[in-house]
Amino acid sequence: MSLKLLGVSQVVDGLLHIAPTDLVLEKGTMNVLLGPTSSGKTSLMRLMAGLDKPSAGRIFSSGVDVTHQRVQQRNVAMVYQEFINYPGMTVYENIASPLRLQGQTKVDVDRTVRATAEMLKLTSVLQHRPLDLSGGQQQRCALARALVKGAELVLLDEPLANLDYKLREELRAEIPKIFEQAGSIFVYATTEPEEALLLGGNTATLWEGQVTQFGSTLSVYRQPKTLTTARVFSDPPMNSIVVTKTADTLSLNNGAVLRVRDEWAVLSDGSYTLGFRAHHLQIGSPEAIEQASQAFQVQCTVVAIEVTGSETFLHLRYEELIWVAITPGLQKMTVGDAVDVWLDVAQLFLFDGAGSLVADGDGVI
Amino acid sequence: MAQITLSNLAHTYIPGGAHDSDFALKTLNHVWEEGGAYALLGPSGCGKTTLLNIISGLITPSHGRVFFDGVDVTDLPAEKRDIAQVFQFPVVYDTMTVRENLAFPLKNRGLAIPDIQARVALIAEMIGLESVLDQRARGLTTDAKQKISLARGMVRESVNAILFDEPLTVIDPQLKWELRTQLKSLHREFGHTMIYVTHDQVEALTFADTVVMMNEGRVLQMGTPESLFETPAHTFVGHFIGSPGMNFFDAQIEGSDAMIYGQRVPLGRRYKTPSGRIQIGIRPEYIQFTKEGGLPAVIKHVEDIGRRRIVHAEVAESSVKVSVPDGCPFDITMNRLRFDPDKINIFVDGWRAQGETL
Repeated sequence: MSLKLLGVSQVVDGLLHIAPTDLVLEKGTMNVLLGPTSSGKTSLMRLMAGLDKPSAGRIFSSGVDVTHQRVQQRNVAMVYQEFINYPGMTVYENIASPLRLQGQTKVDVDRTVRATAEMLKLTSVLQHRPLDLSGGQQQRCALARALVKGAELVLLDEPLANLDYKLREELRAEIPKIFEQAGSIFVYATTEPEEALLLGGNTATLWEGQVTQFGSTLSVYRQPKTLTTARVFSDPPMNSIVVTKTADTLSLNNGAVLRVRDEWAVLSDGSYTLGFRAHHLQIGSPEAIEQASQAFQVQCTVVAIEVTGSETFLHLRYEELIWVAITPGLQKMTVGDAVDVWLDVAQLFLFDGAGSLVADGDGVI
Repeated sequence: MAQITLSNLAHTYIPGGAHDSDFALKTLNHVWEEGGAYALLGPSGCGKTTLLNIISGLITPSHGRVFFDGVDVTDLPAEKRDIAQVFQFPVVYDTMTVRENLAFPLKNRGLAIPDIQARVALIAEMIGLESVLDQRARGLTTDAKQKISLARGMVRESVNAILFDEPLTVIDPQLKWELRTQLKSLHREFGHTMIYVTHDQVEALTFADTVVMMNEGRVLQMGTPESLFETPAHTFVGHFIGSPGMNFFDAQIEGSDAMIYGQRVPLGRRYKTPSGRIQIGIRPEYIQFTKEGGLPAVIKHVEDIGRRRIVHAEVAESSVKVSVPDGCPFDITMNRLRFDPDKINIFVDGWRAQGETL
């Protein structure tokens, strides 16, 4: 089975909710929709499910045009941020209900319910009602119901957002394993870059109703094709600065000049945006950077310090810009300190005036 | 601003409840210093919101007393305690402008107009709301509305404390960085006593000077973010703090060595042979892969999460997670694990044992 969106767009009351989108999702894959609140994740899912009709474009399921099929006619399951179960039924009955609707025999229903409950650690609470359970168990119950349906397309709209941090960690680690066994197309919406990385699979980044990039999760993270994608897929946000390029040097607006890679010299001179991630800023000395000659230094002022135990997050001011640096261990600094910051040329992204990636640490794109 | 003292405080929601398990909050003595930044951290149902509501006066505790600067306020209702609160979801007046929303708590207390204007302008600038001051709150994004709630919590100069109940839950991850910095600089600027309730360890550790870690109605540890990470008082703290949390192995102790599955692991401290269940705890960040020495491990799978890789491995029957930073060499021929001796903690029946310096 595959799901294919061809030029699908949605306009509501004259407002563009989803820009024309082409997307092909294959059977047995995990596909993350990553973007901030109101970027179009839920709208896109509703179109995929058939809950809403696109204003233009076609949707194909295994080659069959399903654009005008209603959600009831499609083989779809959905899980939402809120824990949605039948409150009057036991967990067992909740999980059994989609199977009963399919007319399965009592023996088959029982077998599937017990196997799924085992996988989702619900066996001990099968006779409880959902509202007597913890949030994590309630969401496991909703996930179990979506799974037993055997739907070809399973849509998960920020399913872990209402759970505690640690529960989220636990359930997130299980989700990819569960999905490998199910063999459906999974679509998972999240606002969190780290969650996308933990889920793996493929990621589509969304910004203002537009899919800005789609590909394997790591490839989108490692090589964002635009500044927008880089910002969406970076937590903390990608640091950036506008630079003027002349031959193989970049000048900053305070007059500092940085020598960059020889390969970058072929790019036309002019204004660019330099991007770099928080964990690629080295504080104090360039020791950790392999080719020290290829690192360059700027001086920043510390504006805030956050310690997580294993790492220190430094909020740095450079001219009018605020950057974030993630550094290992505990940094003994105080707000207002001046610090030398080193940037590894191998870890830089260069975006042109239109925001397209033109060069990175490996060379010119 | 006030110093807040909790004296023999405990709370049960069950009338006449006397058993240990009846208490949502177990007996607690604590002083919240004036001007401190505190976080109450723990999973759902750990008692952190109960404690917050006792301080704000929304709940009268079944046992013990609450003092603000030495004055007993236990029976004082919430509105008489002069406390500002910020909740998980934005609380704003939709029909008012942002400026009117911020001025509201000051107007209510009869401040002079010029003072109100100056204060509102200052707070709006610090929290990044200047550009929308004259817009109505209706139609603003959830993020912007929560900024209004935060600003309104901070707008009064003379409050005894500001209480935050999961204030960043509805905020997008990238914006959290900005708001956390602003909260920190507001704290530095005005020095309010702040208590911040959350289940998110990153928020707690980055916000607070002192983190109060709770589970099942009990305070397990109070300390700096560093001490909770490096020397957790209880295995639950080790598990809860850190992502992934601490690894634990059942072990025997022989002086300054631990024995795990018949293998000797050197420790950074010496321990008297303890009785009870003995576990050693080591964080994923403090384990290195080597080709020789250390404990033999079987690598199960590797998660590449960009900034680092999380390697899932097994040592005998125990699973273990190791964090390998981006750019740090690692290949599957390196199948032995070395624990940094100074970073190993020993737990006896769940609680951390002190040990002696070698």
